[in-house]
Amino acid sequence: MRPVDVVRVAALARVEGEGGVTVRMDGGRVTDVELRVFEPPRFFEAFLRGRAAAEAPDLTARICGICPVAYQLSACAAVEHATGVEVPDTVRRLRRLLYCGEWIQSHALHVHLLHAPDYLGCEGVSDLSAAHPGLVARGLRLKQTGNRVLETVGGRSVHPVTVRVGGFHALPSLAAVKALRPVLAKALDDALATVRLVSGFDVPDLEHPHEYLALRSGTGYPMETGDVVTSGGSAFPVTDYGQHVVEEQVAHSHALHARLDGQRPFVVGPLARYALNADRLTGAAAGAAREAGLGAVCRNPYRSIVVRAVETVYAVEEAQRIVDDWDGEGPAFVDVPFGEGRGTLTGHGATEAPRGVLYHRYTLADDGTITDAVIVPPTSQNLASIEADLRTVAEADPDLPFEEITRRCEAMVRAYDPCISCATHCVTVLPSGEDSDHEKAGG
Amino acid sequence: MSRPTLAVWKFASCDGCQLTLLNCEDELTDLLRALDVAYFPEATRAASPGPFDISLVEGSITTPADAERIVEVRRLSRCLVTIGACATSGGIQALRNTADVDEYRRLVYPRPDLVAVLDRSTPIATHVTVDVELPGCPVDRHQLLEVIDALLHDRRPRLPTYGVCVECRRAEAACVLVSRGLACLGPVTRAGCGALCPRHGRGCYGCFGPQEAANPSALSDRLVAEGTPRRDVVHLFRTVTAGAEPFRREAARQEEARQEEADRS
Repeated sequence: MRPVDVVRVAALARVEGEGGVTVRMDGGRVTDVELRVFEPPRFFEAFLRGRAAAEAPDLTARICGICPVAYQLSACAAVEHATGVEVPDTVRRLRRLLYCGEWIQSHALHVHLLHAPDYLGCEGVSDLSAAHPGLVARGLRLKQTGNRVLETVGGRSVHPVTVRVGGFHALPSLAAVKALRPVLAKALDDALATVRLVSGFDVPDLEHPHEYLALRSGTGYPMETGDVVTSGGSAFPVTDYGQHVVEEQVAHSHALHARLDGQRPFVVGPLARYALNADRLTGAAAGAAREAGLGAVCRNPYRSIVVRAVETVYAVEEAQRIVDDWDGEGPAFVDVPFGEGRGTLTGHGATEAPRGVLYHRYTLADDGTITDAVIVPPTSQNLASIEADLRTVAEADPDLPFEEITRRCEAMVRAYDPCISCATHCVTVLPSGEDSDHEKAGG
Repeated sequence: MSRPTLAVWKFASCDGCQLTLLNCEDELTDLLRALDVAYFPEATRAASPGPFDISLVEGSITTPADAERIVEVRRLSRCLVTIGACATSGGIQALRNTADVDEYRRLVYPRPDLVAVLDRSTPIATHVTVDVELPGCPVDRHQLLEVIDALLHDRRPRLPTYGVCVECRRAEAACVLVSRGLACLGPVTRAGCGALCPRHGRGCYGCFGPQEAANPSALSDRLVAEGTPRRDVVHLFRTVTAGAEPFRREAARQEEARQEEADRS
């Protein structure tokens, strides 16, 4: 046994954004775990002050190119809540269709290109496409379907242009929406094949103890709306998010960690959504979950790849339902009025991004100028749990070769599909000088 | 014959331009055959020490460490291509350039002393020589493939220098500025998106940055004359390409005019 060891992953590969892992061990015991973030802060919450509420969707989309719809729709939800505006059913359904596109695109990317290589002994996209061309082709087809839905409803897949507070700048043509049908039918076959493949992956045994937090709404699997529920039995409206989910600074990592009710680390994302909404899966998605042996709750973070695959089936089916019912009629948006002498307004909005609950809160002046903005992305809420799981993984078998512990730690982080670009605003970069191994990456 | 090596680098950005590369689903397999992906942390663990034939650089320079890293990236790259609004103009994070960064730090972080950031977000070309610049927030997939194809065949990429208005006319889209009175940056913004916003019922908001020989003053004078509040005109030029010089200058000019108006009243 080595006396004092440090497992250091210089730069985490196959995650969105740039980060690294440090695990310090002393005599087989982990003394310190750190998910380090190299992403420089971009100050969104600061520069939103003074901007018009109507600009929030386009500006906050730029926090993340992988899940811009999540930012746009959480921003819309918060501004609409502040003004008491209810969007028409047409808008609600079209938003859900847009979100289905993002889930399919994001999950297909993560499952096939970023996460699967860990279970197939590959380094990444190049050797994976040589060794498993069929899997890569299927993943790309699915991802393309997601992008096709995003382009049809949103104009483009990265930073869609049609979303506005109150609805959409323009509705897609009926023909364009109906043209999605054959594409989605093919995608359903692909998505089901993916569930069968990934449910057969040999994943390490691990049960993490964390509390799960997700949205839950009156009908359907949660996406663009819902109240908050947790596996510990808590339930509260989105307006109370800030009272329950508190971000605090912890000494060992210079990072802000979100805690539930001031103490418990918790998890958002596919595992949490599934645990709290499995009964809402229908049709082929429910069947796929059953065949994959997921049970009512899945507590193994490595199996999140299976839940993502099942959620992809759900998103494809849900998109099919919306497309089938779509008649192209209805208003594209409703007016969201400002300047009516109502004084200061506060609005809360939360939606289920592919990586979990994304919460926005805005304080608005009477004329709609943003005076304060709070954005809590999914990944920052998972940081405390990721670090706890890293500790478990590193301590499980401390005599393993260094390279293997490193690999397992990396795979553990990737199982959460962290988006470090998103998390940045609430994770402090290390003091200058300490991130020097980043400069060496690739050089 | 060995394949040319490709490296993809990330600085301050949202990942959307790198994702656009992965969004070339139909072409990705051919790309992987034509290029040796030697460094692309978002897509693979494998990492070569370089040097690299082609480096795609996403993101802007916002920290002292990144200002050093880009010099090293340049040293390792035969051809350096900047992709996206962040890399070519400083991106949305260049909104800090007209603000007090110390105040920003205090607003967002409980321990502002730990945040080592520069006061300004600057494009890659401010720091090193850039061989090809590809604007857009995000970049256009077809333009990205055109650049890679051109580099593989040792020819100059064909990229438009004209404006979004030309794309609108080609698409036979009604002018939203004239017909609906919407504030639209189309007359001063570089083509590349296919006039997406005007075709979807809204004004262009400048994702591809200023076109060559843009005349933003003429546009904003007209917008103000037709009733757009000056604050909105300032904001129109200050979004994802706020750091591009013609847009930066015009926003500053409008801000000054707004201040003068406020002082008079």
